Amino acid sequence: MSAVLVYIDFPAGSDASPDAAGTGTPTAGLSKMSMELLTLARVVGEPIVAASGPLSEEVRTALGSHGVQQIFQCEQSELREYLVAPKADFLAQVAARISPAAVLLDNSAEGKEIAARLGVALSAGVVTDAIGLDRALLAEKAVLAGSYLVKARATTSVAVITVKANSVTPEQAAHATAPAVETVKVSFGPASLGTRIVERTARPISGRPDLSEARIVVAGGRGVNGDFTPVEELADALGAAVGASRAATDAGWIEHSAQVGQTGKTVSPQLYISAGISGAIQQKAGMQTSTLIVAVNKDADSPVFEIADLGIVGDLFSVLPQATAEIKRRRS
Amino acid sequence: MELAAPSGAGSGAAALNIVVLVKHVPDTQLNRRLGEGNTLDRAESILSELDEYPLEAALQLAEARGGEAGGNMVTAVTMGPAAAVAAVKKALQIGAYQGVHLSDQALAGSDAAASSLALAALIRHLGPVDLVLTGLTSTDGETSLVPAQLAARLELPQVTFASSLEVISEGDSHKAVARRDGDTYADVVEAVLPAVVSVTDQINHPRYPNFKGIMAAKKKIIKTLSLADIGVAGEDVGTAGSWTVVESAAVRPPRTAGTIITDEGHAGIQLVEFLADHQLL
Ligand SMILES: Cc1cc2nc3c(=O)[nH]c(=O)nc-3n(C[C@H](O)[C@H](O)[C@H](O)COP(=O)(O)OP(=O)(O)OC[C@H]3O[C@@H](n4cnc5c(N)ncnc54)[C@H](O)[C@@H]3O)c2cc1C
Repeated sequence: MSAVLVYIDFPAGSDASPDAAGTGTPTAGLSKMSMELLTLARVVGEPIVAASGPLSEEVRTALGSHGVQQIFQCEQSELREYLVAPKADFLAQVAARISPAAVLLDNSAEGKEIAARLGVALSAGVVTDAIGLDRALLAEKAVLAGSYLVKARATTSVAVITVKANSVTPEQAAHATAPAVETVKVSFGPASLGTRIVERTARPISGRPDLSEARIVVAGGRGVNGDFTPVEELADALGAAVGASRAATDAGWIEHSAQVGQTGKTVSPQLYISAGISGAIQQKAGMQTSTLIVAVNKDADSPVFEIADLGIVGDLFSVLPQATAEIKRRRS
Repeated sequence: MELAAPSGAGSGAAALNIVVLVKHVPDTQLNRRLGEGNTLDRAESILSELDEYPLEAALQLAEARGGEAGGNMVTAVTMGPAAAVAAVKKALQIGAYQGVHLSDQALAGSDAAASSLALAALIRHLGPVDLVLTGLTSTDGETSLVPAQLAARLELPQVTFASSLEVISEGDSHKAVARRDGDTYADVVEAVLPAVVSVTDQINHPRYPNFKGIMAAKKKIIKTLSLADIGVAGEDVGTAGSWTVVESAAVRPPRTAGTIITDEGHAGIQLVEFLADHQLL
C-alpha cells in the first residue's frame, strides 16, 4: 500500500503557536482538520505524519488511533522563526525519504503556500481547495467562485493536495497503531531563511467555532452600523461563527479574519445568515456554496435576495434580537 | 523597442527596480465559463482587480523615492495570449512606467507550476530586480500558488499576504518590512531585497487611471517576448508542462431566490421556524 504523508502544523502540545487555520489549540489533542486529513489519507493508502514540532503523548496516541505507523517531527526553531519556506523544506526532505503517493495539507493560506513550494521542490502537481478525494487521487473542488465543480488530478508521481475543512467526517482507523517517532534534521534551502518573523501577536480566542469549519455562520455588513451585538448574540444562540463583509472589516468593527468573500474566507456552512450585507459579487464568492442562505436586509432590491433561500426584508436590529430571544425561549 | 534600464540602479541611490505581475482575467462581474478542455473561456477579460493593489504599492514606493526621474522603475509584466496585453496597457494607464508581455501560443493551459516556471525565466531575463510584487491571488485560478512558487524558483525570500509593506533602504541595501495577518496571529516579517512580495487588498486604495495617465500610457514602451526569447521550451509550459489536469467539470446550478417575506413584526420568529424546519436548531 502506498504511503500518504499528512502534514500537521505546530501540533497541539508543542510550545508553539496554534496553526494558521486556527484548527489546533496548544492544549487540545489532535485538531479536527488533522483528523479529516488522516481519514482521507487512509482512503488512499497508509498515513505517515510530518509534524512541525514535538508531539505530546496525547497527540501521538490520537495519531495511533488513526492508524499512523510513523511520525517524522522537526524540532528546529527555524520553522517558527521564518516564514513558510523552512516548513516546505522539512516536508520535501521527508517526502524524498518515503516517496509518498500524495502529501495532504490543510487549506489555510499557509498550508497552500507550503504546498506551493513543496510542489516545486518535488516537481509535483498541486491541487488546492479539495473538498473530496478518491482512491485514485482525483480531487473534487469548486472553481470560479463556486460556479463549477471540477475533478482535478496531479499528473506527477506524487500529488500535493490541500483540503478544505468539513470535507470528510473524521473516523478512526479499524486498528490502532503505536507510531514510531523520528526527529529529522532539516537542511534548509539557500533562500529559505530569507523572511524572518520579527514579531508575532496571538489573536484573542473568541470561544466561537472557527469560521472555516463552522456548521452555521452569522455574518454582518455595513448595515450593522458599528454594532455587531445582534449578530454575535444570534451566533452564540446558534453556536455559530461570526462573519463579516469587507465593508464591516474595513470600518474596523470586527477583525479582518472574519471577512467572508473573494479576499477573505470561502465558507460553505449548512446555514449562512447574512445581515445588513448587500451581496456584492466579492461577498457572494465566499458564501454562495452554503447549503442554506438566509438574508436580512432593509432594502428589498438588494442582490443578496437573489441567492437567499429565505429573504427577510426588515431591520436587522429588530429581526435578529427577536430570533435570538425566540431560540432561547424554545430551549428553556 | 528596448526597455529602459533604471538609471538609478547601482548608483547608490535608494531607487528601486520593481516588477509587478499583472494578470488578464475574465471579469468577475460577468458569467464566467469553462470552455474546451475544461480551461477558462478568456473572452471579456480585464486586469485582475487584485493586481491593482501591488501596482499601487509599487507606484507609492517608487514615488516616495523620486519616481521615474529618481531612477526608479515600475515594470508591469504579464504572460498570456495576445489579448492579455490589455492588462499591461491598463497598468500603464494607472501609472506603471513600462510593460512586458510574454506572449506565446504554447503558454495556453498553464497551471501554477508552469506559470511560475515561465514567469521565473522571464524575470531572470529582465535582469536584476529589487522587488517582484504580486496580488494575493488571481481572481480566476484562485489558488495563491504562483507567488510562493515563483519565490521558490527564483530562490528569493517570500513575503506573502502582506497587508502593509515598507522598504527601508540603507545605501544600496533594501529591506522589506511587512505585516501578515493570519487567523490566529498577526506577524511582522522582514526580508532583505530582492524578494517576491504578494499583497492583499488591505494594503492600500488603488488609484484610477485619469485622462493624463491614459494619454501618457500611449507613449510608454511595451516589450513583447516569446518563450524562445527567454529560453523556455514550449513543452515545459502550457498544458504539456502542467503538473495538474482538470478531468471533468460540472456547472453548479445557479442559486435561485427562495421565499421573500417582509417583516411585519414577527419575522424573527419566522426565521426561527425556518431553522426548525431545516433541523438547524
Ligand atoms: C478587490 C475587492 C475585493 C473585495 N473582497 C470582498 C470580500 O472578500 N468580501 C466582501 O464582503 N466584500 C468584498 N469586497 C467589497 C464588495 O465589493 C462590497 O463593497 C462589500 O461587500 C459591501 O459590503 P456590505 O454589503 O456590508 O455594504 P453595502 O454594500 O453598503 O450594503 C449594506 C447593506 O446593509 C443594508 N442595511 C443597512 N441598514 C440595515 C438595517 N438596519 N437592517 C438591515 N439591513 C440594513 C443595506 O440595505 C445594504 O444592502 C471587495 C471589493 C474589491 C474591489
